[in-house]
Amino acid sequence: MNPVLSIRNLSVALPPGADRPYALRDVSLDLGANEILCVVGESGSGKSMTAGAVMGLLPERVRATQGRIELTTGAAGDSRNLLELGQHELRRIRGARIGMIFQEPMTALNPLRTIADQVGEPFRIHTALTSREISKRVLALLDDVHIPDPAAAARAYPHELSGGQRQRAMIAMALALEPAVLIADEPTTALDVTTQAQILRLIRELQERRGTAVLFITHDFGVVAEIADRVAVMQHGVLVEQGAAADVLNAPRHPYTRALIAAVPALTPPPERPVAGEAVLTLDKVSKTYRSGGLFKRHKRVTHAVREASLTLPKGGTLGIVGESGSGKSTLARCIVRLLDPDAGSIRFGELDLATLSHRAVRAHSRHVQMVFQDPYGSLNPRRRVGDLVAQGPVAHGVPRREALARARQLFELVGLDPEAVRRYPHEFSGGQRQRIGLARALALEPSVLVADEPVSALDVSVQAQVLDLLASLRERLGLSLLFITHDLRVAAQICDRIAVMKNGSVVEYGSAAQVFGAPTHPYTRSLLDAVPGRHWTPPTTGADDALAAA
Amino acid sequence: MRFLTLAGRRLAAALPALLIILAGLFLLLQLAPGDTVDALVAQIGGADATVIEELRRHYALDRSASSRLLDYLWRLVHLDLGESAIYGKPVIDVIVERIPPTLLLMGSALALAFGFGMVLGIVAALRVNRWPDTLISTLGLVFYATPSFWFGLMGIFVFAVYLGWLPAGGYGTIASGLAGWAHIADIAWHLTLPVVTLALIFLAIYLRIMRASMLEVSTLDFVRTARAKGLPESRVVTRHVLRNALLPMVTLIGLQTGTMLGGSVVVECVFALPGLGRLAYESVMQRDLNTLLGVVFISALLVIAINFIVDLLYARLDPRINATH
Amino acid sequence: MQFLQAYLRNPAAAFGLVLLAAVLALAATAGLLFPDNPLGLAGRPLQWPFSNPRFWLGTDHTGRDIAAQIFHGARVSLVIGFVATVIAILIGVLIGALAGYYGGVIDDLLMRVTEAFQILPNFLLLLVLVAVFGSNMETIVVAIGVVSWPPAARLTRAEFLTLRNREFVQAGRTLGLGDARLIFGEILPNALPPVIVYASVIMAVAILLESALAFLNLSDPNVPSWGNLIGGGRAVLRDQWYVSAIPGFAILLTVLAVSLVGQGLNDALNPKLKNR
Repeated sequence: MNPVLSIRNLSVALPPGADRPYALRDVSLDLGANEILCVVGESGSGKSMTAGAVMGLLPERVRATQGRIELTTGAAGDSRNLLELGQHELRRIRGARIGMIFQEPMTALNPLRTIADQVGEPFRIHTALTSREISKRVLALLDDVHIPDPAAAARAYPHELSGGQRQRAMIAMALALEPAVLIADEPTTALDVTTQAQILRLIRELQERRGTAVLFITHDFGVVAEIADRVAVMQHGVLVEQGAAADVLNAPRHPYTRALIAAVPALTPPPERPVAGEAVLTLDKVSKTYRSGGLFKRHKRVTHAVREASLTLPKGGTLGIVGESGSGKSTLARCIVRLLDPDAGSIRFGELDLATLSHRAVRAHSRHVQMVFQDPYGSLNPRRRVGDLVAQGPVAHGVPRREALARARQLFELVGLDPEAVRRYPHEFSGGQRQRIGLARALALEPSVLVADEPVSALDVSVQAQVLDLLASLRERLGLSLLFITHDLRVAAQICDRIAVMKNGSVVEYGSAAQVFGAPTHPYTRSLLDAVPGRHWTPPTTGADDALAAA
Repeated sequence: MRFLTLAGRRLAAALPALLIILAGLFLLLQLAPGDTVDALVAQIGGADATVIEELRRHYALDRSASSRLLDYLWRLVHLDLGESAIYGKPVIDVIVERIPPTLLLMGSALALAFGFGMVLGIVAALRVNRWPDTLISTLGLVFYATPSFWFGLMGIFVFAVYLGWLPAGGYGTIASGLAGWAHIADIAWHLTLPVVTLALIFLAIYLRIMRASMLEVSTLDFVRTARAKGLPESRVVTRHVLRNALLPMVTLIGLQTGTMLGGSVVVECVFALPGLGRLAYESVMQRDLNTLLGVVFISALLVIAINFIVDLLYARLDPRINATH
Repeated sequence: MQFLQAYLRNPAAAFGLVLLAAVLALAATAGLLFPDNPLGLAGRPLQWPFSNPRFWLGTDHTGRDIAAQIFHGARVSLVIGFVATVIAILIGVLIGALAGYYGGVIDDLLMRVTEAFQILPNFLLLLVLVAVFGSNMETIVVAIGVVSWPPAARLTRAEFLTLRNREFVQAGRTLGLGDARLIFGEILPNALPPVIVYASVIMAVAILLESALAFLNLSDPNVPSWGNLIGGGRAVLRDQWYVSAIPGFAILLTVLAVSLVGQGLNDALNPKLKNR
């Protein structure tokens, strides 16, 4: 292979006071023409720093201390070490020889300038084209990335486009000057699964057509399986394994890679569990509409966030609600715990209709249905000791403080945390530990139903697997019924007995997990399943067994 | 069209606040010990009971508070602010005479503060934590801490008394008979010190906001995108950072209008300028509440008008504004 | 302890603290060093500073000791600044918290009132209040507090608007916590730091407002205020400029001290924004 970009023994030092001295240590990588190399790793693995080092855009006070980054510059194969170039020379390479796209297409575009202006900017600084010629090229580029109505998109401001279209515009901009190398830093992480599939397809298509070398940074093995020719796995700033995609995905050699891949949930649900026929929670035609505009605004807008959702949660079972952003799944969850008031319909819990309880009554009955939240950083009050956080609920319901605190220690043990840790503050815990604390807080009220809103979405894949295991075992031990909201079909397949698929506020499909995954009836469900990255790849089971044994 | 509806809605949104202001002011009037008539009587050095009674009826002070409030609001709609007890003219006439100097003072001070604040803020942000930044930021802090009336007095002492370069006060040379450009130049000469005095504290605020805003915007993702495109640093600043950084500055103009009008009271008093602020001060000193409330009312209208213009300006700078409505 | 270290590492903030301590020292020793009424006649008027060892900052146009007025004035400025700030913060936090937490009609109403106060030029409103209620010390303090709260209310409201949708607040709600507990126990402690930092701005402005009132002769004539002294010195500015210059410096340094301490607090509370 003749590499276009070759990273040799690269080390990047973090400023003093950081949690480790090096962001990258002795990393060597080769990126060949016409291939997609996926750099994969969990948060803090240094994968984004690699991209930053190549672009010469490292954060302040972070420096490359050792190594070379060779970029082939001419047809004859002569290359230059990017680390030795001055800012001026680097600028001539950035955008022209190396293009880059980012995770968040909304914030990565200047909100005050039109798409045409921003997509055309590489031409204006790197070429001598006339503005007429540039606007022609911009339209052609927008057409290339399959933006519908390129002329209108060119005139638009970023906020007027959808997330997928914005990312397409970003790609158009990055590929404007046909760079030899494209760096994509988690380009689909902020997108919905169907949009993600389209963008992945687009990147693949453009890459093949132009022979671009793509350095694709991701945390998602599904995406890797979807798009990678070769894979490099990183852990704590060190490259632990690299090789052809098929080899790494199906026969990982390094223990870390094996553990990571073992933690990836398979898309096929496990054998069905026996679930009681009795329902603990019954939703009947629950609706919620949002009206925007206040007292003095004339134009009120109405959004139907949930339309007549009817579902039942079997006792001791898990009902998964899956859907893309804006499908209404979170709104529905919040209606059930009455963080929002549903407009119509009933939510039966035993004798109670949770939908119509007064606010005072909701407070009294809140202990039956509890909620686990998504954001492990945002869901714990940073100014309270974690023991207090767990004891808070029982105290509000009249349990003496001392007793509630003693109970908190037991709960810590239950969720796999050190009971002595109750005196610490939230910032002293990792993301996975915080999620356990959130779980303990919800369990402190001894609920019979737990509503979990994307409880593992913010976690790294290995931590995600642990928290899912914990949820499953608690469900068994405490006889909990679980309402599990997620956008991730792989996670849903593993933990849910029944699955409801939501789209634009409506439940479009509802059935057992095996049924929904095996024989989906609604076209939207099928398109969702088709869009799951790496759906044809089944994580190797041998590796999973090893990893489980190790754990 | 969308622009016009936006404009109309912004104006309508100011109405409730204006009503609250008027009702509040009227309430304050009721609480005031002594009324217009007392002031008048004190002014003319006492009068007998029948005259006082007659005056009270004339100023409608004998009717119930609610009927007078409605009456008051109705008259305000017609810009009928009543008679000035001290000047013996309709309040609105007195005020209209006093508006131009205040507007001129405020406008010039705003332009000065905004322009220099912006430039200094940019320079400080581009040289953050180096000596130009330290110097500019320190200067900003000192300006902010300087009482404007004191700066004005010291300015008078240095430039008028000691150096003799500028006049110590007044709005143009009295009875000079100047006309045309000479007249304008004369006014500008007289307004130099007052404008600088009023602008100082706002300059400090604008420079601090501009610096912070520049630094804030420089950390945003699209600036990284611009660098990834290979833009030279100067172009990153001019094409991507500046306009975004200006948005909070524009918002600030609207927010600071009221403060600036308040500041002009003091500055007009120091430099003996015949403006709205000085009128307010005189009416307080002479207990002419009619005139004082008239000034407050007109000032509120002025602030609303300026905020309105600022809103429209903002909508032109930020394409997201029109879309959300 | 850590906080103090972070604070003192910033030289400007440390300087501000020293300056503030100096002003506090003036206020504390005023009664000790100048037991006599500072507004009483002390000697021959208009003696230049350092010309008479008894009056090392000289005397003003009516023969009062300038040094005594500076020391006692520090008391007045600090007390007025502090009390007015407390009033403004209390009103602002209460209104901002209610508006931000409950939203809807309550928010609309409270924000219209806040807008009304922001539309009125604050110094003009101050003039009206003084004209109506008179100008003794208590009225002045309350009036300054009453014209200064709107920004604090807006800031608190903004904090509440973001915090009330944070998951830890929602978690508290699903646990069955009441509104009062959510507002004061969960949200307020997290919303307060920026408001406390902003208090330094309010205090600086309050001191400036009082001095401006005193300069215009609209403050309490029975308390020794720096602004009053400057206003008195105006008549003799042409020759005895020091009468106005000295108290002006005192105001400048006091306001500077308050601002520096506020900025230092801000930097220490948000270490990430240190360079902002």
